[in-house]
Amino acid sequence: MKQSLFLLLLSLILFSCKQEKTNKELPSDSIFHLTSEWQNQKGDSLKLNDLRGKTLVVVMIYTSCKAACPLLVADMKKIEKKIKPNNLDKISLVLVSIDPETDTPQRLAEFAKTGGMSAPHWVFLRSNEASTQEFANVLSMKYKKISPIDFSHSNIISIFNTTGELIMQEEGTNIDVGKVAGKVNELVKNS
Amino acid sequence: MPKYLTTALSQNRTDIMNQSFLVYFLLFSSIMFTSCDRQEVKQMPVGNTENVAAITSNTKMVKIPGGKYKPFYGSDTSMTTVTSFLIDVNPVTNGEFLEFVKTHPEWQRSNIKRLYADSNYLKDWISDTALPKDIKADAPVCNVSWYAAKAFAKAVGKRLPTLDEWEFVAMADETTDNARSKKSYSDHIIDQYLIKNRQFNQVRQSKANYWGVYNMFDLVWEWTDDFNSVLMTLESRGGDYSDNNLFCAGGATSATDILNYAAFMRFSMRAGLKANYTVANLGFRCAINMDSSALGFNK
Repeated sequence: MKQSLFLLLLSLILFSCKQEKTNKELPSDSIFHLTSEWQNQKGDSLKLNDLRGKTLVVVMIYTSCKAACPLLVADMKKIEKKIKPNNLDKISLVLVSIDPETDTPQRLAEFAKTGGMSAPHWVFLRSNEASTQEFANVLSMKYKKISPIDFSHSNIISIFNTTGELIMQEEGTNIDVGKVAGKVNELVKNS
Repeated sequence: MPKYLTTALSQNRTDIMNQSFLVYFLLFSSIMFTSCDRQEVKQMPVGNTENVAAITSNTKMVKIPGGKYKPFYGSDTSMTTVTSFLIDVNPVTNGEFLEFVKTHPEWQRSNIKRLYADSNYLKDWISDTALPKDIKADAPVCNVSWYAAKAFAKAVGKRLPTLDEWEFVAMADETTDNARSKKSYSDHIIDQYLIKNRQFNQVRQSKANYWGVYNMFDLVWEWTDDFNSVLMTLESRGGDYSDNNLFCAGGATSATDILNYAAFMRFSMRAGLKANYTVANLGFRCAINMDSSALGFNK
């Protein structure tokens, strides 16, 4: 009887330790503190905290963009190719829409499909205007709606570690994709 | 229960040993549980701007009838429409912000997440909930981030003014709603911008503008909701100036109102900000929609 109680306690302790690991306190500057609600390309509701545990490469775009966004999306695909294949299940490539009105989950899903971004590590997100603005500010990204269909915006690719801390940002339309992918591989290796 | 474990335990431990082990493990596990619990509590979203409890603002608001205006800055030369809104007659004060953090501990200096404010947040305060003696309660609050300003506005049932709304109000001088064509207009504002430590003065001590709004220029720079819509950087359309050249007149070439250097200074300031920055002379005031359900304020 005593022994079984002992084992019960032991298993409870082990269980509690496991719990402790997943509930590890987030860094003060983690993006996973944001409580905004998002939808992915499948129409599922989620919070940024649901992306926790993976190394994230994040960019903000809008699907009807004809100017810089196609370049940014191309950069994201180049980054994907340079990430070691067995690291791909430990990362997410996240494209966040700055035009949530137009970029419905259906539209994001089509965009993903036609762009060859259907693998599970591709995550497309949209929210409401306020949460989008808040998230843009977290990335220090400038944007302005300049017509009903067009936005002017800064081009930034950001890397976050598994606990949501900003590790690196690359800005401009001529991003060093090798450097970004290298950093991602390094983070995955050390996580 | 696996047999080998039972055997191992009964063979190697006396009953007394088992009891002491049990006590030890009970104690140990309770500590583990407590520590896990505590971490779970800590993990509750803090600094949540969605669920802020309501407090009241006694700051008077005035109605600004909407209209069209030509934005001061940007290559977009078309007229921008501003719809009617209400705006606080003065910036939010230290005293008001103190009341806010008292009821919203997650926005106190020692609790705020670095995500939401840099380390200079409310740095002059002597504690989380006390102002130093030499700081006036009715002087504008400074060293607050955009997130903190947003949370305050939400807590009092208001919002931050948009950049266009703020600039629309800023066109007025004491006698007219749009004084931009007057030579003295920009010069007068620049003179005020150059006064040092002006943020320590009390609100509403200078003259109100045409709308009855005080302290647009003479105390602090102010956050606007969409401050991050100023693209004075390489990728900005129609400009090839660098974002490193804040306060350099080079960027003024794409201003629509080239004589308005004061406005140019404001836009440069905004372009250089990030949402978690806190600045010694940067505060904010609130606004509200005309159709807002929260129109219970003094107007």
